[in-house]
Amino acid sequence: MEINRIKTRTWSMLGARRTFGTIMDEYADEMDRLFVMSGDLASSSGLDRFVRNHPEKFLSAGIAEQNMVGIASGLAANGYKPFITSFSPFITGRVYDQVRMHLGYMHHDVKLVGLAAGIGVGIQGNSHFGLDDVALMRAIPGMTIVEPADCTEVVKAVRAVYEYDGPVYLRLIGEAGAPVVNTADYDYEIGKAITMREGADVAIVASGTMVYQSLQAAKLLAEKGIECKVINMHTIKPLDTEALGAIANYNLVVAIQEANVIGGLGSAVAEYFVQQSRAPQMMILGVNDCFPEAGKYKYMLAELGLDAEHIAEKIEAKLK
Amino acid sequence: MADILAVLYGEFMNYDIHNPLDESRDRLVLSKGHDCLGLYAALAEVGFITKQELKDNYLQDGGFLPTHPVKYVEKGIECSSGSLGMGLGFAIGEALAMKMKKIDNHIFVIMGDGECDEGSGWEAFIAAKQYKLDNIVLYIDKNGLQSDGAVADIMPINLAGALRELGWHVYEVDGHKVEAILEATNSALTNSDAPSVIIADTVKGKGVSFMENNNAWHHGHLSQEHYEQAMEELSHGNK
Repeated sequence: MEINRIKTRTWSMLGARRTFGTIMDEYADEMDRLFVMSGDLASSSGLDRFVRNHPEKFLSAGIAEQNMVGIASGLAANGYKPFITSFSPFITGRVYDQVRMHLGYMHHDVKLVGLAAGIGVGIQGNSHFGLDDVALMRAIPGMTIVEPADCTEVVKAVRAVYEYDGPVYLRLIGEAGAPVVNTADYDYEIGKAITMREGADVAIVASGTMVYQSLQAAKLLAEKGIECKVINMHTIKPLDTEALGAIANYNLVVAIQEANVIGGLGSAVAEYFVQQSRAPQMMILGVNDCFPEAGKYKYMLAELGLDAEHIAEKIEAKLK
Repeated sequence: MADILAVLYGEFMNYDIHNPLDESRDRLVLSKGHDCLGLYAALAEVGFITKQELKDNYLQDGGFLPTHPVKYVEKGIECSSGSLGMGLGFAIGEALAMKMKKIDNHIFVIMGDGECDEGSGWEAFIAAKQYKLDNIVLYIDKNGLQSDGAVADIMPINLAGALRELGWHVYEVDGHKVEAILEATNSALTNSDAPSVIIADTVKGKGVSFMENNNAWHHGHLSQEHYEQAMEELSHGNK
């Protein structure tokens, strides 16, 4: 698929969820093993057109996510590649045991699509926030976790996740009107991190929405003479340890994810480094082990210290 | 449950131990995974597992036959189970796949009555009817006991009434009368538009006097003496 500036802008306006649904509709005919289910959230997954155009490849599970995972597992055991969607806490935490048994233990090729992960639903509050989803999915052997940095990467990831053999948690994050990180086509491979910016003083390892915020923070820090390397660690598991090995000599490695600091990207990066002979000093940024008060997305990012200004401040303070 | 397995493997199920991955095979999903001892015995009886493999692997360190089944389709084990209330959902996915592939076969599922406490099972009861999966035949092994005591005390459910209300084809049989299971299954296989459930009234430990309705044998291990007594009673058709 050709990727150009108009498309990246359009997808950005749609946001991750509607980009996902739109692109599934476009890809459906060429993905012959594809089957899509939703826990009564087809519309919220941007799948309206998909459902209309490909009714033979779609089934509503009703508001019954546990059963949906089981059904998807039965389909996967017979050669299908089911993508199943719900809000991120319901497609991970609510169905954890089903995911553990079917996608973990039996390694069935089901793709979990978590909508509005992190604090993406803003004012809807903690019932719908996905903050422990990464920790939960990381703890299941054999799970792959993918978190696109922007809507163009959602498009790249959907294709890669479909072609990938094995269970995947596709963590869709960010609101409609999401910032654009990638304006042109690029190589995307599950498990292979992408360096977005070079810099010798600090290495920032980010995923999802935090890639954009980190790039902005890097610009602010550059004005103060602090040069940051920014890595888009779009695959949380398996981690690209080669990319991490390349930053082992940095004085400071900052890991940032719109998720609880416990068990997320920061934990994964730290788990890697503490087992090496030389480990850099680390800072883990994210939601600091709390249920944050609900509010508009931008308000919450600032309150949680996860916008560019706060990230830059924290890095600068750490270096002093 | 042994009687249900005998009817399924002996009469109804289409399988080939020499071609175990044949897509058109009938499937058996043992949702009540803790009952796998019965399944392993049946698989050994029909030849999926040799008697030697049974001996080498059942409850053996690193063996492929622990006390809850691990998926091994080549050996006739379709699904890992043991975490309850999950088998029917998986079977729905298989049944849908078979319909989409236009394969005319059946997915047989076995649940326990205690297992029916699980909410995920009810999600599946509702969905199997909504999707009109007449290629599913479910057996509920209604032995009236669950881990902590009698189902009647812990969480009684009118399974026949509830499933009838949900639109299933419902049969209630004596789970130890092979002819009754045969007859109900024969009828279930001709149903259309909705799944069928055969609720089998059973006695836990049937045929072994000291085990019958005795929950101590839910996880019991036989001594040599008990084994000999049990085999003696079973071979004489103890009532």
